[in-house]
Formats: sequence, structure tokens, C-alpha cells
Amino acid sequence: MNRFQKLFKTKNSPVLSVYFTAGFPKIHDTAEIIRQLSDSGIDMIEIGIPFSDPMADGPVIQHSSQIALNNGMTLPLLFEQLKDIRKITDIPLVLMGYLNPVLQYGFEAFCTKAAETGIDGLIIPDLPMREYLNEFQGIVQKSGLENILLITPETSEDRIRRIDANSHSFIYMVSTASTTGAKKDFGEDTVAYFKRVKEMNLINPVLTGFGVSNRKTFETACQYSRGAITGSVFIRCLQQTSDISKAVKLLLETLHS
Amino acid sequence: MSENYFKKYPDQKGFYNQYGGAFVPPVLEAEMKKINDAYYAISKSHNFISELRSIRKHYQGRPTPVYYCNRLSDKYGARIYLKREDLNHSGAHKLNHCMGEALLAKFMGKKKLIAETGAGQHGVALATAAAYFGLECEIHMGEVDIAKEHPNVVRMQILGAKVIPVTHGLKTLKEAVDSAFTAYLQDPVNTIYCIGSVVGPHPFPMMVRDFQRIVGIEAREQFLDMTGELPDNVVACVGGGSNSIGIFSAFLEDDECELYGIEPAGRSLNLGDHAATMSFGTPGIIHGFKCYLLQDEKGEPSPVYSVASGLDYPGVGPEHCMLHDLKKVKYDVISDKECIDAFFELSRLEGIIPALESSHAVAYALKLAQQEPKKSILVNLSGRGDKDVDFVLEKYGLPEDRKE
Repeated sequence: MNRFQKLFKTKNSPVLSVYFTAGFPKIHDTAEIIRQLSDSGIDMIEIGIPFSDPMADGPVIQHSSQIALNNGMTLPLLFEQLKDIRKITDIPLVLMGYLNPVLQYGFEAFCTKAAETGIDGLIIPDLPMREYLNEFQGIVQKSGLENILLITPETSEDRIRRIDANSHSFIYMVSTASTTGAKKDFGEDTVAYFKRVKEMNLINPVLTGFGVSNRKTFETACQYSRGAITGSVFIRCLQQTSDISKAVKLLLETLHS
Repeated sequence: MSENYFKKYPDQKGFYNQYGGAFVPPVLEAEMKKINDAYYAISKSHNFISELRSIRKHYQGRPTPVYYCNRLSDKYGARIYLKREDLNHSGAHKLNHCMGEALLAKFMGKKKLIAETGAGQHGVALATAAAYFGLECEIHMGEVDIAKEHPNVVRMQILGAKVIPVTHGLKTLKEAVDSAFTAYLQDPVNTIYCIGSVVGPHPFPMMVRDFQRIVGIEAREQFLDMTGELPDNVVACVGGGSNSIGIFSAFLEDDECELYGIEPAGRSLNLGDHAATMSFGTPGIIHGFKCYLLQDEKGEPSPVYSVASGLDYPGVGPEHCMLHDLKKVKYDVISDKECIDAFFELSRLEGIIPALESSHAVAYALKLAQQEPKKSILVNLSGRGDKDVDFVLEKYGLPEDRKE
């Protein structure tokens, strides 16, 4: 049983996964952010590999990515920072990054290194499912990592079933046909889509991401799926205070009050 | 090349051999599929084709002429001809695909066109198309470019477009693309992203090529009509590659024609000083498609530079990458200096002020003419240089005033 399956088996209350951009706000914050998030009871962490053209991300994450790159973040440095990460935490860790930096590092080398480091899963938003299945699935499976696939309001039921059949972790339900970033509330259409996915009774648990920014959106996400993924809000907290433990507290207050 | 080259490339997934495709997040993937389906359904319809043909003739002023450069040929040798895309309405070839994209948008029931622009040429052409069709238009432009390209900003505003300043990152073309994609994704039902060249995810490189093929179709026929033969050499500049693919597409099966795609060598051939993607790039992915890419070892697109703002893109159209590998087109470079010299040569010998982008192609033609004085050369003069005159005078001065 992988760490994802363990988490969803043992945890009955909603799961909260938090994204941050590696190298932001400061280049050597990576391990400390993971430790603080993990210690405060966050269930899963997505470590963002900064890229200059993050097509799935809104202005907040674009901005943090640019700062991280200016700070000098690279994949080799990130792996170096993560080498003892399993001494710090046992929660599932996911690397989220765009395809080009991974290809230039070498897709297979990347997977091998990530798995050695103790990473559990990958999210590559600009790697379409068809390309993944044709070219990369074998490499990912050999490394022991789990590739996490995204669904959106536009994804057909047939495609969702195929994603479900090819997943062994969770399904990332993108709340909107938009980029990441805060929304005050989910609209009726979005809730109808959440319901539709819930009623499909998928094998894998579903987590909701994009637009989870306050108590209301967090609770709606948890009502229709196993939990939520939040990113831009935490990045904003890190912009407000350089004290990481305070930023984590601020995040939890935002989502729970 | 086989007879049905245009049906073979791209393949159904948008690949030109290994290049192209649609490497986009799922939200965009769904939208690209809708545009693709609409393009296949609508653009082959009789009504669409006849409306576009009417626009080409009565609104854009097509066909644009092919012109023989008497004095330029006398001075440099060879027989130099220009395909006069500078005479296309709004002053460049860009309107060829903007009218097509806007017509598609209208047929799809879209209300608003969104695009990025660097130097403002694509933005002006799209604003023109939006005005023609009565659609809203929103152009994303980096703050740095807004300051540099003021006349084009004003033109877009006069045409009724909303110019959105992009204030993050380097505040130039790459950030403008990000910003335009973000805006497009806010409301993909009512808006459409009209990309500015044969780049981006499938189906854009195919659609823009198809709309630009008119340049080559006209030029080939006109050249044959004027001379009784095909040109020995065809030369066009390459940034993303829309004007060059337009003219090359008509000559791909003519083995006697040498095709030359000219990229900017900028200030020097050091990384960051040029945008010579074909010479120095390696395969990578940018803005949702695979191509030769100027990038660093981390997979980050490199900074690029050219005196011509329309050529400074770190990637290049996927079809060009394939044509490069197949050796169907030769890709070479021209420096800023050679470009500026050609800019004045054409202005003073023929009375035609070329865009700095197109001046790269002219400069290469002058080189070829001296090497092969008995041959003929067809240059795609993709745009007029009015937009560049202030910049050129300020930065370089007139030739007679320059201290050598």
C-alpha cells in the first residue's frame, strides 16, 4: 500500500493537501515549509517546481515561481534540499512541475531520483493523458511513483473512468475551467459538476483543487470529495509573513474561519 | 513531399513528425479540442470560404502584387522580386490569419477576441479584424513593450481594442502570452484566444498556416505569370514563422526552388543576444507545443533579442522544425547590422520602407544575389516599416550621418 492509499484508508475526516513553490519566498525554505506543514497536521504536500511559463497557474503562483527562479531554484538543488526529507515527515509528498524542465533533466532520471528521495507522486499538468499513456507511463510505474491526473468540468465521463482505472493514488478534480487562484465561492454549475463526479463512485478518492481559498469553498470541496488542495492562499500567507510557522497558522485560520 | 502534404501534416494529434502537439493543462485541452472541431467543421464550409475570399479581395486588397526590384537587382545582381505583403491592409501579412481567426470566432458565436502582442503588429491586425466583425478585442502587452511601441498601442485603441498592460516578470512577450491565456481561461465560452503566429498548441499552428497559405498561392502564380518559371530562391524571415510558412507552403513540392528561412542573429551569437532558434535551439516545450527552443540547462526558455521586436521569440513554429529536419528549408541568420543596412538599401533604391522583421529577409537576398548573380530570388516582404522609422532614426541615424 502506498502512502496515498494509507492516508485515505486511515483518515475519515477531510484531507487537506497544501501546495507551495520550492524556492519561495527564500531559496532554502523548502525543508522547513514541509516540516511546519506536516507538524501542523496537513495531510499531504505538493512541492511546486518553479517554471517561467506555468500555464495552469494564476498570477499568485506565477509570481512565486518567478521569485523562486530568480532565487536560483533548480531541480538538482531541489533534490539536494529534499534528500533527508523522509527523516522529517511521513505524509505523502507530490512533486508538481511542468514538462519541459523535467524533460531537460531527463524524464527517467527525474522519476528515479524523485522516488529515491522519498517522493510519492507526480503532477505534470501540461502532460496530456494520451501522451502520458503512450510514452511515459512505463517509466513512472517502473520508478514506483504515482502519476496524478487531473479532471475538469469539461472532462467526459468516459475519460474520467479511464483516469480512474489508471490511478492508484487520487484524482485531482480541478474546480473550474480556469487557472489556479482564489475564488470567493463555487457557482451552481461547479457544484453540479462536483455532484456528478461524486455520483460516479470512482475507485480512487477525489481531491478538489483550484479556487479553494476560504472556509466556504473548503467546506463545499469537502462535502463532495475526500478533501481539498490549496495553493495560492498559502503562497499569499507566505507573502504576508516571512515566519513560516505563522504563515501556516494563517492558512489554517483562513480555511477554518 | 506527397501530394496531400497539407492533409498529412499535422497528423490528427497536431504533430509535424515529432514537433507540435498540444502540451496543455486539461482545462485548455478541452478548449483546444472545441476550436479544432469547429475549425474542421466550419472552415471547410462553402459559406466560410466565400466570405473569407470576399474579405481578402474587397477589404484586405488582395492579391498583393509581386514586384521586380530594378535598381536593387542592378546593384546587387540576380533578379530580386518582392511579394508585397506590406501592401496588405494594416501593413503586414498578419491580417491574413487574423481575419480568418475572427471569422471562425464569429461562426463559433464568440463575443471577444483575446491575444498577446510583442511589437503590436499582431495586436493591430486583430483589433482591425475585431472592428470589422463587431467583436470585442482585448490585447495583452508587456509594460516594457507598451512604452517602446507607443504608436501601435494608440492604433489598437483607436480601433476600439482594450490594451491590457502586463506588469509581472520581464513585462514583455512571454508574460503577455501567459496573461492572455489566463484571461482567456476566465471565460472560454464567450472568448477565443487568437494566437499571433504558427506557434502554440494544436490547432493554432495549422490554422494560422492555412490562413497564411494565400501568400504562397498568389506569389507562385504571379511569379510564373511574370517570368514563365518558378523562382530559384524564396526567402522569408522567421520569428514564430507565420509569413515564411505562408510563402514556403506553395513551393514545398518544387524541388528546383531553394527555400530560405532567416532568423535574427541580433547583436551577437552569444546566448541572450539573438533569437536564432534553428541554429542554437534544442527540442523543448514552450507555450504548449514541442519545437526547437532556446533554453538553458534547467529547461527555462532563454532571454532572446533582436532589433526586430517581431522576431524575438525563443521557440519557433513546429512545422518549421520539421522542414528543418527534412532539409526542405535552409535556415540561416542575419545580424542587426545587416538588417539595418538592408532597411536603408530597399528604402533608397526602391522607395519601399520595409519592416525590420522583413529587412532580415531582404538582407539575406542581397547576400544571395551577390553569390548567385544569375538566379532569381523571391522575397516575402512581410510588412511595411512605418512602425520602425522613429526607432531606427533614434538608434542608428541616417546612413550619411553615421560615423564609421
